[in-house]
Amino acid sequence: MRYLPLNDADRATMLERIGVENIDALFCDVPAEARLDGPVDLPIHKSEMQVERDMHAMASQNMPAGSAPFFCGAGAYRHHVPATVDHIIQRSEFLTSYTPYQPEITQGTLQYLFEFQSQVAELTGMEVANASMYDGSTAAGEAVLMAHRVTRRNHAVVSGRVHPQYVDVIANLSDMGGFGLTHVPPTIQGAEDLLSSVDENTACVVVQNPDFFGSVNDYTELAEAVHARGALLIVVVTESVSLGVLKTPGTMGADIVVGEGQSLGNGLNFGGPYVGLFAAREKFLRQMPGRLCGETVDADGKRGFVLTLSTREQHIRRDKATSNICTNSGLCSLAFTAHLSLLGGNGLQHLARLNHEQAVDLAGRLGAIDGVKPINETFFNEFTIELPQPADMVVEALAVRGVLGGVPVSRLIPDGGFENYLLVAATETCAPEDMAAYGAALKEVLS
Amino acid sequence: MSEKTTFTSHRGLELREDLIFEIGARDRSGVDLAPLRGVRDRLGGITREVVDLPGLAEPEVMRHYVRLSQKNHAIDMGLYPLGSCTMKHNPRLNEKMARLPGFADIHPLQPASTVQGALRLMDELAHWLKTLTGMPEVALSPKAGAHGELCGMMAIRAAIKARGEIQRRMRVLVPESAHGTNPATAALLGFSVDEIPASDDGRVDLEAFRDKLGDDVAAIMLTNPNTCGLFERDIIAIADAVHEAGGYFYCDGANFNAIVGRVRPGDLGIDAMHINLHKTFSTPHGGGGPGAGPTVLSERLAAFAPLPRVVAGKSGLELVEHGDQTEGGPFGRMVAFHGQMGMFVRALAYMMSHGADGLRQVADDAVLNANYILAELNGTMTAPYLGPCMHEALFDDAFLKDTGIETLDFAKAMIDEGYHPMTMYFPLVVHGAMLIEPTETESKASLDLFIATLRDLVASAKAGDTERFTTAPQLAPTKRLDETRAARQLVLRYRSTEKKQVRAAE
Repeated sequence: MRYLPLNDADRATMLERIGVENIDALFCDVPAEARLDGPVDLPIHKSEMQVERDMHAMASQNMPAGSAPFFCGAGAYRHHVPATVDHIIQRSEFLTSYTPYQPEITQGTLQYLFEFQSQVAELTGMEVANASMYDGSTAAGEAVLMAHRVTRRNHAVVSGRVHPQYVDVIANLSDMGGFGLTHVPPTIQGAEDLLSSVDENTACVVVQNPDFFGSVNDYTELAEAVHARGALLIVVVTESVSLGVLKTPGTMGADIVVGEGQSLGNGLNFGGPYVGLFAAREKFLRQMPGRLCGETVDADGKRGFVLTLSTREQHIRRDKATSNICTNSGLCSLAFTAHLSLLGGNGLQHLARLNHEQAVDLAGRLGAIDGVKPINETFFNEFTIELPQPADMVVEALAVRGVLGGVPVSRLIPDGGFENYLLVAATETCAPEDMAAYGAALKEVLS
Repeated sequence: MSEKTTFTSHRGLELREDLIFEIGARDRSGVDLAPLRGVRDRLGGITREVVDLPGLAEPEVMRHYVRLSQKNHAIDMGLYPLGSCTMKHNPRLNEKMARLPGFADIHPLQPASTVQGALRLMDELAHWLKTLTGMPEVALSPKAGAHGELCGMMAIRAAIKARGEIQRRMRVLVPESAHGTNPATAALLGFSVDEIPASDDGRVDLEAFRDKLGDDVAAIMLTNPNTCGLFERDIIAIADAVHEAGGYFYCDGANFNAIVGRVRPGDLGIDAMHINLHKTFSTPHGGGGPGAGPTVLSERLAAFAPLPRVVAGKSGLELVEHGDQTEGGPFGRMVAFHGQMGMFVRALAYMMSHGADGLRQVADDAVLNANYILAELNGTMTAPYLGPCMHEALFDDAFLKDTGIETLDFAKAMIDEGYHPMTMYFPLVVHGAMLIEPTETESKASLDLFIATLRDLVASAKAGDTERFTTAPQLAPTKRLDETRAARQLVLRYRSTEKKQVRAAE
């Protein structure tokens, strides 16, 4: 086997040094009745070439985004990732190292985590950020649990315009942890009444920006009202490129900001691995989940970085920890920070504006088609359209015509009366001819 | 030790590298973007003025990260014997496969008809995991080991709730040697954690365990092979006892790499077990993630598996993404979308490469390598428990008695010899623990040099050369770092005033 360096002579010598007859003797503690005599019922080993062939066969049954005019979003966005980013994350020293528990020989990882934290704090307009979570949805769940710890209250109010699967994750964690939750019924447009659900038990109000249906919101007034009731405001961001142009959640008065960082540096990957962003006000620092990297000095007084405040974490605090998280999304956060370092502040702002222009362009084109009704007054790079027929059938018909036309709202909210609504996203990767092809295909499907 | 200083602060091939905030500028960029056309925006005036983040041109970015990378130890450079973490070789074929556009460039919410190959891959991975563990169901979506633990314990909680016993069955038994994630996970779900003491042979004390059982016990969370690197001999008796008491058996599968192909957890009476794809099936650790923690479930828990699920439908494979949330059905959702697809591809490529025969050899060689280290070093170092061990060899600090050297110092001295230290001070049941996991991808020559190095270090320690330890590391990119200062004078992000302060300090 190509990954195993020992040969039979090595094995024999080693067994002799250990003082046992054969390898089975080393498994003597396994109950005899449970030991397997031989290999389980699965195929035997394959050459590198054969595995490649089998994998290609499976991969070729999929329709990659890059092979078609592509307009899907709803929490995962296709952006151009510079080649440099993929090279950097494939460096052996990053790819094949562990969590930086020995800081003297993991300064590479620690320094980029410090840079990542600094970038996320600036992007979200918050004071501190951690060294990443699994993804946006689990970060949102952890944020709600953190709000319960901070406020010592036991109920959360979640906007009907938060990504439905994020709501499911929050609801599951809350339910299992014995906390209450009010999920405001989803509506696409208009004022949403969140405050009437807020009472003295409410730990937090959770909103999203841009919201699930694409609209851009200013939560400044909501933040004030929520604070006046002694609760925290959690803002979810599922499209991190939007932070390049939109007013920051921190400026609006958010207490905790969680986000999905996939848009920067990370591909679609059918939903994972992604990278969760988690930022908060400094006064809540000790209730934050996840790893934190901090600056210090070495024995010579030279600057260096270490994981810090680990007294919050499971490996020290065990059942008193702020979270059970251990592994996070190290390499995905490297991709995020490397992409952002390539862009720079002005570059990110430009990229965000470019995304918005593309979406404005597309909304105009689709809105001009008979029967298509754009819904949003404001949006960033994604918006909702109303169609004269069920959106899931339209999407299937578009796929047959080689266009991936968006995400039907009913895929995520099956029973809310949203059958005819479609979420459509446009990023810098959509070429003018892609938009033209989409327009033509949609016209054909609807006619 | 005197040290040559340089004008640049570079030291030969080891290059000093400042923070990106100190070398970049907001108006510098390594990306060429299409010009803006200046269309009327639809942002509603909810915008920001500036994004105060530094950028660099592409060559500068490349240098920045390559220089940083060179301050890291990595499996690709040398032995990385972190016990419990399973730092084995990461085949590059797996990286290549995960980057096929058919896997890497597909959206999680594309129509199922356009992702049949992806669903097939998930189904195939599920088949391998179920067959290797002898379990009827697997939840693929958990994102890491601790997340898989959470999934398994959520399934147990849901099952107890469905039985109408959630009010009284809220105690979880956890051995004191457990990973910290176990008690943290149980506590997150509102369970109370009750510790089971270890016996003198490093395993669960069966009698003490039986005494703890009662009709308020929800589950036992047991790592097997355990964190001392030992197989729990009484595991079937433990399973029977917890089942008899009406509880469930959660197994922490972090160490499944020791027994894959040798024994199936399903044959041991386990009800739920997470599998770290980044340990047993060699997806890269990436400096602390991303991982993946698919969780296998027994017949008793299968119905409670979370959403989504891949099922065979009329027109091919389908994703079940919604449930009716009735009791006795799926307990809910762990994540947005469907889990760590990129890790699924890598893990399946690894499994297919090894095959049923090769995976059994993986366990054999991992166990052989660990026992070789245990046999060769016991006597020089001190092993608290008799072998054979499984995939990792545990030592305590008794051999350092009266040397004035602690486990931490010993570990730091290994850095100067080019090794990443072993896991230190874990498990907690052993004083000054040193947990060595060589994995199956080390050659005998590599192990022999490692063994000889540790013998040399022990000889130094016993000969009174404390400086080799207490001042170590001397040859790493930094000297020993002040962790107390980091926690007391918190600096968690770059602030622009810092540039001057750092310079002034130099």
